[in-house]
Amino acid sequence: MKKTRSFFMVPYLVWIALFVIAPLILILYQSLTNNQGQFTLQNYVTYGTSWTYLKMTINSFWYALLITAVTLLISYPTAYFLSKTKRQQLWLLLIILPTWINLLLKAYAFIGLLSRSGTVNQFLTFIGVGPKQLLFTDFSFLLVASYIEIPFMILPIYNAIVQLDPALINASRDLGATNLQTFTKVVFPLTISGVKAGIQAVFIPSLSLFMITRLIGGNRVITLGTAIEEHFLTTMNWGMGSTIGVVLIVMMFIMMALTNDRKKKRQEVLPNEKSEG
Amino acid sequence: MKKVFSLALGILAVCGILWFGVYHLSQSQGPVTTKNTLNLYNWGDYIDPQLITKFEKQTGYHVQYETFDSNEAMFTKIKQGGTPYDLAVPSDYMIEKMRKANLLLPIDRKKLTNFKYLSADFLNKSFDPKNRYSIPYFWGTLGIIYNDQQVKASEVQHWNDLWNPKWKGQLMLVDSARDIMGLTLISQGHSVNTTNLAEMEAAQRKLDQLSGNVKAIVADEIKLYMIQNEAPIAVTWSGEASEMLAANSHLHYVVPSEGSNLWFDNMVIPKTAKNKKAAYAFMNFMLEPENAAKNAEYVGYATPNEAAVKLLPAAVRNDKQFYPANSTIDKLEVYQDLGQTKVEQYNDLFLKFKMFRQ
Repeated sequence: MKKTRSFFMVPYLVWIALFVIAPLILILYQSLTNNQGQFTLQNYVTYGTSWTYLKMTINSFWYALLITAVTLLISYPTAYFLSKTKRQQLWLLLIILPTWINLLLKAYAFIGLLSRSGTVNQFLTFIGVGPKQLLFTDFSFLLVASYIEIPFMILPIYNAIVQLDPALINASRDLGATNLQTFTKVVFPLTISGVKAGIQAVFIPSLSLFMITRLIGGNRVITLGTAIEEHFLTTMNWGMGSTIGVVLIVMMFIMMALTNDRKKKRQEVLPNEKSEG
Repeated sequence: MKKVFSLALGILAVCGILWFGVYHLSQSQGPVTTKNTLNLYNWGDYIDPQLITKFEKQTGYHVQYETFDSNEAMFTKIKQGGTPYDLAVPSDYMIEKMRKANLLLPIDRKKLTNFKYLSADFLNKSFDPKNRYSIPYFWGTLGIIYNDQQVKASEVQHWNDLWNPKWKGQLMLVDSARDIMGLTLISQGHSVNTTNLAEMEAAQRKLDQLSGNVKAIVADEIKLYMIQNEAPIAVTWSGEASEMLAANSHLHYVVPSEGSNLWFDNMVIPKTAKNKKAAYAFMNFMLEPENAAKNAEYVGYATPNEAAVKLLPAAVRNDKQFYPANSTIDKLEVYQDLGQTKVEQYNDLFLKFKMFRQ
């Protein structure tokens, strides 16, 4: 039995080695070479001493944070009420459905909605506000990015809430807690694992969005993804592009570490809990 | 477990059937060998499909048409040499770069019987002296496109007009470092090929002043936006402009008389070529005035083929927007390959401008 099990592990291990580990090593290797293929730390020096790159890094972090905050604010209540409704499967399907549509198509649909002659501006004109510049603003960028990421925030939170034992809520009520207290002291702490999973699933991809920054942000919003694209496609300096890639990967690991650590502590407090969201 | 197994088997079976279908389809088009196939590597939608059919009928070659969307992507693919491309259509500076990287085969003028139709104005340019490696396919310019509903023609005749405070938040630019830096350099009286860092930095500082006027820096979407009246002014290439003009009659295109970029897309035989005979047959076919004219009408770009220009309708031929006067053409500059370091400096400065916010 043990042998067959390890046999079934082979495709998984081959996959991980070929498509996760090998590319990571390649990126690291590329980032340590210059265009002539010589070993150098120059790329990291360039990155660390360039105000442009540092500003871009801060930009990326800031916008990813904003996107995560916006999606979290919308997703938690949504997931909470979703878990209380009938026909949950149908609502869930409706939330997942947009993720089946290609990202570019969704972006172009937003261009149609937000452009000067678009539906939203027609409505604004109709109610007498007059057409507004919507595309190429921070607002439209946040709107579209949040729209794209929101299912990835709702799903883990929803899973966590559904797994919450209703008996705990009843117990809290029996012991005299108000609705608000029940939420802040019982429901939210017990579903934090879902929130953390959601933050990971949204924050990390948001760091390197680049199609949306051009299509919706009109390059008025610049993130590290823009620089990576430029180094791989225009200047063909793969070393520098990889260096920025490594920076992104490091940021992701930091984020993972931050959101994983506390989960362990919580498990120590609640050793009886078996399943996690 | 049993369910998973049968599901996996089912998926495999479907894959097998699909693969068989694809294989059968490609077989029914006749066996593909290097001898009777021309592997053409070109930009997307950059040839009249009817011409391909005509070429196949006339010569019996089978054309495999593959497309790329950036010179750099094409360069990488040809350098890696996986596919035996017989003919490619890179732009000027990339031809110079490929030539330096020994990725091109010299063209034998004797086999090119239709070379005589090309206009001398578009031959012997700095990126390929004496056209040893490349044959012009299309040419064009960089210019200003404007909407006559919001902008008067007299207001946008020169690059400096873009800096007019009147256009606050109105301007769209193509996302291309060389082009946007280049137009600024021209407006300051410098060459688009300058390698003088002080001049380049001065251009970036001038560009920063433009930042308030810029609405967006985008790529192909400019076409869509200008047609939908999203912005009144944009900077773009003549080929893109001709498509926009065709879709929105309020749009006009201007090549500033003080100078601009002159770009080329030329046919080259890359080192990967396996069927040179087919490549020469295709080049001769495309240089045939009748075919070149048909292609120019379909794609909308300007043809370097003198005899073909005469075959075009007078309205196209005399359109100063796309076939500018000789006095303007004389001032146009072709981009040179400036080498890795300078290309990066251009892009870094452009990135700085993109990040600049007032």
